[in-house]
Amino acid sequence: MAATIRLQREPFDAASEAAKLRHGRRDIGAVVTFTGICRSDESGAPLAAMTLEHYPGMAEAEVARHVEAAERRWPLLGVTVIHRYGRLEPGEDIVLVVTAAAHRQDAFAAAEFLMDYLKTRAPFWKQIEFAGGEKTGGKIWVDAKSSDDELAERWTRPGGGREAAE
Amino acid sequence: MKLRYFAWVRERIGKPEEEIEPPAGIATVADLMTWLSHRGEEYAHAFENPKVIRAAIDRAHVRGDAAILGAREIAFFPPMTGG
Repeated sequence: MAATIRLQREPFDAASEAAKLRHGRRDIGAVVTFTGICRSDESGAPLAAMTLEHYPGMAEAEVARHVEAAERRWPLLGVTVIHRYGRLEPGEDIVLVVTAAAHRQDAFAAAEFLMDYLKTRAPFWKQIEFAGGEKTGGKIWVDAKSSDDELAERWTRPGGGREAAE
Repeated sequence: MKLRYFAWVRERIGKPEEEIEPPAGIATVADLMTWLSHRGEEYAHAFENPKVIRAAIDRAHVRGDAAILGAREIAFFPPMTGG
């Protein structure tokens, strides 16, 4: 199965990426499209922007490794992952995961698995810039959440996560 | 070998990358962090809590006990916050 993986500064079009994935196919019964979006606040403080730093070379490799792991675990018929980097303002898209399968359970589970791993294993770091500049705290690096680690961890437990549909 | 730093590790050290030749006896990623932290205040600040620092050798995640022998590129960075 050919997967599409792109890291880019430019915006993406989630609808057209999902359409491309299923174009001309009659075996696909389910497409799940997840879009992560830059919010306008962080813990109640208004945000001016978010800047995503990444490790070129390793980020692509790490995303590809997890796409391969998802393909081994669920019978997928297509995967697209696009992750943006650079400065993004509230309302802008950050990340896109599209999964296609014959059955919805596999498409949902694979999309959730990929997002859980992107959050904790792909070398990206978010720095947020508060509205109002220095007066309100300027820029801070977002702390990793232990709840995100736990979400990623559950896929490694025996019987954890959700396995392929019958 | 080339060292690369990202996010606040990069900011604290004040540069994104550098070439270094660690002395003999520096065998693991954890040894390298300890050695680096004695190179100056900026390094001491970056590695003040080595438990939170993540590392990669040649663009793959590794633990602190990973051997650095033969590594071309070692990266240090905080826990990741993508997605």
